[in-house]
Amino acid sequence: MSTDVIMPQMGESIAEGTITKWLKKPGDAVKRDEPLFEISTDKVDAEIPSPAAGVLSEILVKEGQTVEINTVVGRIGAAGEKAAAAPSAAGTAAPTARAGTKSEPAAQQAQGKAAAPPAQQAQTRQASAPAEAQPQPSASAGSGAARPHHDAGDGDGDGDVARGGASREELRRTRSSPLVRKIASEHGVNISALQGTGISGRVTKNDIISFIEQGGAATHAPGAQPEAAQASREAAPAAAREPEAPAWFAPGQDTRIEPMSTIRKKIAEHMVMSRRTSAHVTTFFEVDMSGIARIRAKNKEDFQAREGISLTWLPFIAKAAIDAIRRFPIINSSVDGDKIVYKKHVNLGIAVALDWGLIVPVIKDADEKNILGLARAIADLGERARTKRLKPDDVAGGTFTITNPGGFGGLIGTPIISQPQVAIMGVGAIQKRAVVIDDAIAIRTMAMLCLSFDHRTVDGADADRYMAAVKKTLEQAAFTDLGV
Amino acid sequence: MTVAVMTYLEAIRQGMWEEMERDERVFLLGEDIGAYGGAFKVTAGFYDHFGAERVIDTPIAEAAIVGAAMGAALNGMRPIAEMQFIDFISCAFEQLTNMVASTHWRWGARVPMVVRGPCGGGVHGGPFHSQNMEAYFFHTPGLKIVEPATAYDAKGLIKAAVRDDDPVLYFEHKYLYRRIKEDVPEKDYIVPIGKGALRREGKDVSVITYGSMVHVALEAAAELEKDGVGVEVIDLRTLLPMDEEMVLTTAAKTGKIVVLHEDRKRGGIGGEIAATIGEKAFEYLDGPVVRVASLDTPVPYSPALEEVFMPNTAKLKTAIKELVAY
Repeated sequence: MSTDVIMPQMGESIAEGTITKWLKKPGDAVKRDEPLFEISTDKVDAEIPSPAAGVLSEILVKEGQTVEINTVVGRIGAAGEKAAAAPSAAGTAAPTARAGTKSEPAAQQAQGKAAAPPAQQAQTRQASAPAEAQPQPSASAGSGAARPHHDAGDGDGDGDVARGGASREELRRTRSSPLVRKIASEHGVNISALQGTGISGRVTKNDIISFIEQGGAATHAPGAQPEAAQASREAAPAAAREPEAPAWFAPGQDTRIEPMSTIRKKIAEHMVMSRRTSAHVTTFFEVDMSGIARIRAKNKEDFQAREGISLTWLPFIAKAAIDAIRRFPIINSSVDGDKIVYKKHVNLGIAVALDWGLIVPVIKDADEKNILGLARAIADLGERARTKRLKPDDVAGGTFTITNPGGFGGLIGTPIISQPQVAIMGVGAIQKRAVVIDDAIAIRTMAMLCLSFDHRTVDGADADRYMAAVKKTLEQAAFTDLGV
Repeated sequence: MTVAVMTYLEAIRQGMWEEMERDERVFLLGEDIGAYGGAFKVTAGFYDHFGAERVIDTPIAEAAIVGAAMGAALNGMRPIAEMQFIDFISCAFEQLTNMVASTHWRWGARVPMVVRGPCGGGVHGGPFHSQNMEAYFFHTPGLKIVEPATAYDAKGLIKAAVRDDDPVLYFEHKYLYRRIKEDVPEKDYIVPIGKGALRREGKDVSVITYGSMVHVALEAAAELEKDGVGVEVIDLRTLLPMDEEMVLTTAAKTGKIVVLHEDRKRGGIGGEIAATIGEKAFEYLDGPVVRVASLDTPVPYSPALEEVFMPNTAKLKTAIKELVAY
């Protein structure tokens, strides 16, 4: 009698997960609900508890492999049962078999999957896991980045069955049209790397032809058709100048090459996609935090004793940021094609640095919380992020984000917006400095705050007025009600 | 060669006249086409010139008209049967689809006959006098269907239809009867069945259409040119067999296709055109194939409602603009 261990579905839009680590070896005894293995999905990393008590008899999916949800990844046998023989490579790969790769030997297939997920697989992922992902249409701004680069060369037609969760807008950007895919394929162009002028930012025929004419194509294909043929003739000299990218590094004594983790790939995709999507501008404000420092000093011990969490700077900054959003709702908006989407509530993302990457859990309806509520939510999400206990919902739906490079001593930075938001606030190091007040030099607790904003919809004046309001709130430090 | 300015109606009339002069096997039959000259006066003067044996008034019985024409055709004649309004061709549906269309297959006997009649709306004729019937017959192998948009084609296609050895349905748009006036050669010429016409070249989007909608398309194209949009207009002229090469060529050229017809959208032949493009020119498409057609209701009698029901230049322009922006 054995119990199947399956790859769980960690959220509605999640189609697959990667086993990052088995916490038990075959033959190990395991209790029910004891952590059995770790997985990495588009959105979160998580520890998966054992579905039954017994002995881990078989591991069917090895570390590093990505399988669809509900795939059997292992089996738990009754206590005393012996572990099955170590699975062969082919046996291990079997559950991951997928249409379209049937002709490959199974072992190769498994290997290929671990190293470079095929396009089809990548397509099912929501774009922007680590920073934040929403399956709603407004989330689609630029999420074409989810499409891996090698995909354009794969031609079209693949992946038609595996677009679960992709919005119409996303598909317009990533799939464009049959003609554009054909031209892209012939010229080795990655569609999602282009800025489109069509609906939802779609790359149109004219977009890709002018891109190729400007020398953007990687290779010259002789078999091109009508317009494409013309374009390719014209593009040929330019294309010839751009050979395929060389391999920059080879493994050797001085280098070590390891594949990116899922979360790292997602961060990479999201950051580049965001840079490409938004017209980033960053404004900096110096804020006198002396008032907040006094409140903290006065209430710190009580707060810790009563609530069991420390009273940090962040809840105050978050509160000031949220209160100012009420006056400047554009800061809490999104861009959807040629429309601006305003959100009623503030879902506040808090960037959390992890040893293995970065994640942005979201405080839902943060505008309804007082200092205590914010402090508690920040502590809770941070703790659960560090212990891999976030749920997909915890990282979804953010409308505005705060990041805190100052925690590591950084004076200030220029953060990248978490799409599809339009602004992100950075908090620099908070430290005492000599400042001039009324022609006297005083010692004040100072901090640099910055706001990176999307100049497509947020103008500098809006951003600066918003930040001035945040600064004023923090300097007045009229947070009389801490909620305790 | 003499050229005369004539209407679409006069062009049909002249075409039939010339064919009757040329070939004594050609004769007319229909309701009130003799002494009265036809409901729209297409056959006015024929009775006096060609006589009662070649211009035959019939009872109000479309099935009998088509059946008699078929019998005559099988016996070596070249009949042209008139439906007073094309709507009533439905009464002859059995004769046309089961008998006329399949005879060549069943007996190896060809049926050289023409069934013609006024189709289309925009003249406030109501549900019985405004319909477009092509989709019912488009589904039937063995028939040919033509629908001219110009006076030149009206004459050239009726002559080609008369000379064709297979049954041809000739749909003439009543809105165009006296609204289209153009130079038509007063000589013997035909417009080949199965060939479309490129009415206007454009680089951005193609409108594939026929009949009176050709003029709507050309008007929209002229207006959109001011906005820098290049609209290509294809006039199919023959619906069956369709000039697929022309359809696929324009699809490959612009990659953005609007199929425009006055018939209702659901089950209209635009669906077949869109599907053909989807099957055979998929890789050339840079946007969805869009249909602009009438609403899926009977043709309203109220002029205001008929305006809402039918495609027009404004509706077409909206569809083109959306597709260009896609």
